[in-house]
Amino acid sequence: MAEQSPPTLAVWKFASCDGCQLSILNLEDELLTIVEQIRIAYFPEATRAVVEGPYDLSLVEGSVTTPEDAERIHQIRAASGRLVTIGACATAGGIQALRNTADIEEFRSIVYAHPEYLSTLDRSTPISAHVGVDGELRGCPVDAGQLLELIAATVQGRAPRLARYSVCVECKRRGSVCVAVASDTPCLGPVTQAGCGALCPAVGRGCYGCFGPQDSANAAGLTRQLLDHGVPVASIRRLYRTFNTGAEAFRAEADRLAQEVHR
Amino acid sequence: MTHGTPTTPGTSRTSRLSVGMLARVEGEGGMHVEIHDGQVTSVALNIFEPPRFFEAFLRGRAWTEPPDITARICGICPVAYQTASCSAIESICGAQVSEPIRLMRRLLYCGEWIESHALHIYLLHAPDFLGYESAIEMAADHRAVVERGLRLKKAGNQLMTTVGGRAVHPVNVKVGGFYRMPTRAELDAIRPQLERALEDALETVRLVGGFDVPDLEQPYTYLALRSPHGYAIESGVPVTSTGTTFAVADFPRRIREDHVARSNALHARLDGTTYAVGPLARYSLNHDQLSPACRQAAREAGLGTTCRNPFRSIVVRSVELAYAAEEALRIIDDWQDGAAPAVPVQPRAGQGCGASEAPRGTIFHRYVLDSDGLITDAQIVPPTSQNQLSIESDLAAVAQAWVDLDDEQLTWRCEQAIRNYDPCISCATHFLDLRVTRS
Repeated sequence: MAEQSPPTLAVWKFASCDGCQLSILNLEDELLTIVEQIRIAYFPEATRAVVEGPYDLSLVEGSVTTPEDAERIHQIRAASGRLVTIGACATAGGIQALRNTADIEEFRSIVYAHPEYLSTLDRSTPISAHVGVDGELRGCPVDAGQLLELIAATVQGRAPRLARYSVCVECKRRGSVCVAVASDTPCLGPVTQAGCGALCPAVGRGCYGCFGPQDSANAAGLTRQLLDHGVPVASIRRLYRTFNTGAEAFRAEADRLAQEVHR
Repeated sequence: MTHGTPTTPGTSRTSRLSVGMLARVEGEGGMHVEIHDGQVTSVALNIFEPPRFFEAFLRGRAWTEPPDITARICGICPVAYQTASCSAIESICGAQVSEPIRLMRRLLYCGEWIESHALHIYLLHAPDFLGYESAIEMAADHRAVVERGLRLKKAGNQLMTTVGGRAVHPVNVKVGGFYRMPTRAELDAIRPQLERALEDALETVRLVGGFDVPDLEQPYTYLALRSPHGYAIESGVPVTSTGTTFAVADFPRRIREDHVARSNALHARLDGTTYAVGPLARYSLNHDQLSPACRQAAREAGLGTTCRNPFRSIVVRSVELAYAAEEALRIIDDWQDGAAPAVPVQPRAGQGCGASEAPRGTIFHRYVLDSDGLITDAQIVPPTSQNQLSIESDLAAVAQAWVDLDDEQLTWRCEQAIRNYDPCISCATHFLDLRVTRS
């Protein structure tokens, strides 16, 4: 390859728990090699130093929940070559998107004595609701292996290889017993995108959907199965309404179930 | 250096130090210091991390959900949230976990202490003392040091993965215990890494014990849990340096939180006074429960049996790092397969509280369940909201003591005073005020 300066990386935080950007620092074996290949230009959790944009790759963690952040994401988009969202908050609004179906004024006054001090929007929205994104990593949190693949692909100038099938495939590959079949455990595996390595069934619990809906998720079909096995409607709704409550397939199914309850 | 949020322009006799976005902390915060004719007139730690309203959306959720949901408050210390929420709900339901389950929780928690402390010591804090902007720059001159830090962090993450199923937001924790108990063989497999971690941690104590540390003693009131099972990690009873002790269930009466305009985190007071939690508090209150090897390492690093210099928190944190590695080895060596992974729990109506020692200090949870096992009220008091007033008083003392430094040097020193607390701003930004209740 011709002599050229390494690509620059910026890591941005919106409303989130820091767990996805922590996953970058959790690449302990690769971190010092990565920084030889890629220049970390903006990553306040890790460094005081600031390099002015533009940035070749921006990784964005978190969802948009304030008017200021709704402005900031446009500036970041303008300063970025590729912009990739990392994690359930950035790709689907995160657990804080539970506010989207609630009364935000009530939420504010439950948590804070002086809601007037707060600047917050009534919805938590994914980055893609505001600007165009060039890619996304699912997960709450993202998988370190997928993160490494994304960074490697950026350095090599190719598209990252990311699974689009369901958690069931990973579960079979891992040789785990199907918890839904063997122990009637409610499991979102059939409708959830792979990437975690099917961690939950491996410890004997059902998948809770932290990688969000798989491309061709048949949530209504899964709901029928769960109902047949005696899972209450309210429990099924809660199952869809967690870390990816804002993702379309999960949101729509939870809303449909809400109507069923009222009928 | 000023970037991020704009700051108010200064007047002629007043100088303002301002850091719009604090670096090397978890989450988003800034600070403002005002100096007028050589006197520090005002300091403020601003937390602009957006609120996420956990206490609000926990209402209506099932009794089984807080360990998974509250973990998402913080990706750096999820086990602290999982453990405190499990304890609170188990107390409502009258469930008592078995001794093996308590030990497995402690083991998982040791993994979190190792991961979090190594992250803070090496990647976030050491660059301040060695004069670098980041650990990555530091690695150019001190590669072996940074590699040791990464190795330690990895050992903590591996332990969390083995016990919890995942390093960030473990999946194996539930109310009543675990979904699956790790086996002795699985634990033995990570033993060599933990042995190395213990050596690395003791080396860390020697390294940071040699750092040139600013001299500053602060008159803190400390609060930490104290446990009959050893240096408090997964459980215990709150005790303070003024000799007060109270039941975990009493924390809502003793600890009050106020909402102020400059911060999206609430400010906590204990019986109306400022207090501090975290490694310095734990060390000063529970020094007698450290192992002989850790006490010796602390002594050789120049620590007494208590510590009131916030800049020495990095030394105390490294002693705790060694303790966590040693304790993990002890639990693994005594482990016998065959224990049930969880005790049965039946939900019932009532209120319950739980507490544990997060890497950054004591964390309290309170929940109210209805007779269907649904949450009707939740309160979470994390360490950083409890430390916020102490951070500001340290900031005032530091700015005054080093007022003659130039602005850039003083700004860095003040940033360092904040990083002494390893503040987790993601954690700090969502609390419930007790004066407001849903009608």
